[in-house]
Amino acid sequence: MSSPKLTSLLVQGYEVVIGFETHTQLATQSKIFSRAPTAFGAEPNTQACAVDLALPGTLPVMNREAVACAIRFGLSVGSHVAERSVFARKNYFYPDLPKGYQISQYEIPVVQGGSVSFFLGDEKKTVRLVRAHLEEDAGKSLHEDFIGQSGIDLNRAGTPLLEIVTEPDIRSSAEAVAYAKELHKIVTWIGICDGNMQEGSFRCDANVSVRKPGQPLGTRREIKNLNSFRFMQQAIDYEIRWQIEEIEDGRAIEQATVLFNPDTGETRAMRTKEDAADYRYFPDPDLPPLVIAPEWVESTRAQMTELPRAMAARFVQDYGLPEYDATTLTQSKAMAAYFEAVAQASGQAKLASNWIMGEMSRRLNAGEMAVEQAPLTTAQLATMLARIADGTISNNAAKQVFDALWQGEGGDVDAIIESRGLKQMNDSGALEKIIDEVIAANPDNVAQFKAGKDKAFNALVGQVMKASKGKANPQQATDLLRARLG
Amino acid sequence: MSLTLQDIGRIANLARLELSTEQSERMRDQLNGFFDIVEQMKAVDTTGVEPLAHPTAVMEDVALRLRPDVASEPDRREANQRSAPAVERGLFLVPKVIE
Amino acid sequence: MKPIHEQGVAELAQAIAEGQTSSVEAAQHLLERAKQHQHLGAWLAFDEDATLAQAKAADARIAAGERTPLLGVPMAHKDIFVTRDFPTTAGSKMLEGYRSPFDATVVSRLAQAGAVTLGKLNCDEFAMGGSNQNSAYGPARNPWHTDHVPGGSSGGTAVAVAARLLPAATGTDTGGSIRQPASFCGVTGIKPTYGRCSRYGMVAFASSLDQAGPMARSAADCATLLTAMAGPDIDRDSTSLDHPAEDYARLLGQPWQAGASTAQPLKGLRIGLPQEFFGDGVAADVIAPVRAALAELEKLGATLVDVSLPRTELAIPVYYIIAPAEASSNLSRFDGVKFGHRAARYDDLLDMYKKSRSEGFGPEVQRRIMIGTYVLSHGYYDAYYLKAQQIRRLIAQDFQQAFAQCDVIAGPAAPTVAWKIGEKADDPVANYLADIFTLPGSLAGLPGMSVPAGFGAGGLPVGLQLLGNYLKEAELLQVAHAFQQATDWHTQSPEGF
Repeated sequence: MSSPKLTSLLVQGYEVVIGFETHTQLATQSKIFSRAPTAFGAEPNTQACAVDLALPGTLPVMNREAVACAIRFGLSVGSHVAERSVFARKNYFYPDLPKGYQISQYEIPVVQGGSVSFFLGDEKKTVRLVRAHLEEDAGKSLHEDFIGQSGIDLNRAGTPLLEIVTEPDIRSSAEAVAYAKELHKIVTWIGICDGNMQEGSFRCDANVSVRKPGQPLGTRREIKNLNSFRFMQQAIDYEIRWQIEEIEDGRAIEQATVLFNPDTGETRAMRTKEDAADYRYFPDPDLPPLVIAPEWVESTRAQMTELPRAMAARFVQDYGLPEYDATTLTQSKAMAAYFEAVAQASGQAKLASNWIMGEMSRRLNAGEMAVEQAPLTTAQLATMLARIADGTISNNAAKQVFDALWQGEGGDVDAIIESRGLKQMNDSGALEKIIDEVIAANPDNVAQFKAGKDKAFNALVGQVMKASKGKANPQQATDLLRARLG
Repeated sequence: MSLTLQDIGRIANLARLELSTEQSERMRDQLNGFFDIVEQMKAVDTTGVEPLAHPTAVMEDVALRLRPDVASEPDRREANQRSAPAVERGLFLVPKVIE
Repeated sequence: MKPIHEQGVAELAQAIAEGQTSSVEAAQHLLERAKQHQHLGAWLAFDEDATLAQAKAADARIAAGERTPLLGVPMAHKDIFVTRDFPTTAGSKMLEGYRSPFDATVVSRLAQAGAVTLGKLNCDEFAMGGSNQNSAYGPARNPWHTDHVPGGSSGGTAVAVAARLLPAATGTDTGGSIRQPASFCGVTGIKPTYGRCSRYGMVAFASSLDQAGPMARSAADCATLLTAMAGPDIDRDSTSLDHPAEDYARLLGQPWQAGASTAQPLKGLRIGLPQEFFGDGVAADVIAPVRAALAELEKLGATLVDVSLPRTELAIPVYYIIAPAEASSNLSRFDGVKFGHRAARYDDLLDMYKKSRSEGFGPEVQRRIMIGTYVLSHGYYDAYYLKAQQIRRLIAQDFQQAFAQCDVIAGPAAPTVAWKIGEKADDPVANYLADIFTLPGSLAGLPGMSVPAGFGAGGLPVGLQLLGNYLKEAELLQVAHAFQQATDWHTQSPEGF
């Protein structure tokens, strides 16, 4: 795939170049190389077994599910799943790294190439992936409440990670966030990650540099551990401004790892480990090569659920939805499923889309609820939409029905319409009778209309609606009234 | 190729070892003595030879075994921390880690 | 009945099974004897209560009618194996007083087979050395001549078996650490094919080379122990071979070929002699007994064929790059955070690391960490580590060519007999060169043995090394056993023991 063309807006005459490294915690029961549980939030070191603590004599044994997750991801982004990949040791000393090395993949990763596509506004963007490799997470250093000391909790040590690395294809902070959101959607959609950013299940590092168009890549600084989409944009924007100012002031950018401080809204360089550059990678002699049979990849492919992009395209194709609707409705599996059920049951795809994206989303957000928690069933919503379509109820009446259903009132839509008398009056005989009365009761308006005042006509329609207690079909009323007044 | 005291210092730092000047000098001489016998490796033509990381690969294909994803390790914190130099409230204590 | 300490594994197991003695009695006798011979420096730890508890349990199993080849037999473990009942130091100050929360797989397998653990045995620090002089807890002494080294790194094991302190014990072999001390102390030891014995619970030195194995007074006893020790450990060791457990004693006493005469049980056996193992590098007092042993094997029907292992000398740099590289990484976990030594005083984290590791590791371990760190460091990896791994394959292929012409390979286990304690102490390279005959087999991951074959200068033992092809342990033991049926070198014990 060729590099996407750089249609990106320049910032003060500089082009922004961003690459992403995302650490995705895989949703397995046990650690990647041990049988300790991975659950979040346990008492310190109660989920760190002898292997996780690197006690003398312990050895790693690979978790099959972590490999299965890597395969699923590779297939979902069109990557090559390597039939043979190798685990290596990345050697460095740090208190949260029990063995003094991290088991990762270096020269030969399990997932190679691929790309992630998404919409930025209505412009389709594609970010190429370099690779995704399996590795183990480190523990945590707690700096609080230990005077002059840090406390080390190794519960997280050994949690399986899939590190997803992009080419430097991203050209703005907005695009970066859009990429991250799309990636987040994919990994949660295929169920390899719970996506919980607060708990660190999905952690992004952004490599940011700027350059004058046509110039070679500038020196990059890596913003570590961006674990909220909001901070992500703030941090990258700040970093871009900072780098441009530095260059404008004649200072060269030095490669560095920086952290974003949400309180100050600034990034600051981390204390650099002077020998960080020399990790002394070598193949881990405790772990033979990871061999993935083509049959495994194929059977996984066969079981893969439809991916959000494909589903959105199908919604456009099958239901004639606008791209925007399709993309919005495929933000989550549940939302998409809800839509499809309603669309099929009601035969009113666009109407379903409008109501789900509008009234329903509004209420869900207000109640901070997930689609699954919506109090009205797809069948109920479908029936209601059908009633709008066949003219039984007006849109306004439907809002009342929807509200009733949302409040959990009575199961049957038609019963609600009945009991609240929301049916539109479609029998013209009754309507003509009302119209005759209105004309008789409002001679002045009739006169004004005949004198050419359209306003007067609207007033008459209003009277008709009022007299029918809102049940008249406005269109029908207008037509009959015109016919009467010639 | 001959290692200098500077090299020894760099390697020792990577390895988190602290060597006195006199230790460093002896280390330098002993390592240089060793690397003299390493020289003969240069003469061997290894073009196209696949490195042998797992010896039994000569006898049969070696592939990573994968275990079922079952969390069966119980909490054995007390036993696991019995030989720890410094522990407080279940946490291993170390000199402050500055990021 | 012979005194307990003069009995081998088979004899003692039988005596206990038949009630002539009990496991408790045997354990007490050997604990007593161990204390009498503390000066040999074989032991690093005892725990009388733990041992007697195990012995009582074994006696109970016997009373319950259970019979296994090791039931109730007292033995001990090289201090490289982690144990719940005894401290584990790996011969290092770094692990002084360390208590493992679990038993090594090899330890628990022997326990299941009924063996009783008497304690932990001395070794070179982290199994790095060939003299046992690198132990932080002092050298072990060769019972044949207590001014001489017992070899290493499984020195304490060799001493304990040779001095009749134990019928058998475990060792580990990374570059010769079972075969060379067995040779130096006149005992029988076998290092199986890499991956036969689980490495889980062995304090790691060089992961792609480390192998556990038994040391005893006869090939037959080694076979019994290996049968209990070896076998797949699928749940704990990813490099453990997935081949069904074997009875390694199944070929003992069998003729090499069907229909061979009892006088010539080894008829049809082709023994390859690598010319490189018989060059000027080998001391005359070692060559003589080795040649005599080969003549003996010929008498038993074997034919000798010349083979070549052209890269034998290269095995030294290749091994001393690969093993330290892996060790430098394996020993990074000793950082004073989760276990092991932490310096009393330090300024900050970096200082804590450096002081703790410099105080905890001895000179040879620090040397190997330095070599390993250097050969893996940026810009040197290809020239050293990668190149070494490539030559390693060539060395392994040389063996396959040799085995096309022979069934087993034979030669000296070491170029000299045991040297004086203190000798070579400050000359690392001289020590490395002394491993020349054991390193090639280790790099290839092949099974190898050392069998007592006579004596050299100063009445110090000489071992015959036998190397077999992958998974051919039973055949090696068969040959060694046939040799021991015809000779009595293995039955001789040092004066005063």
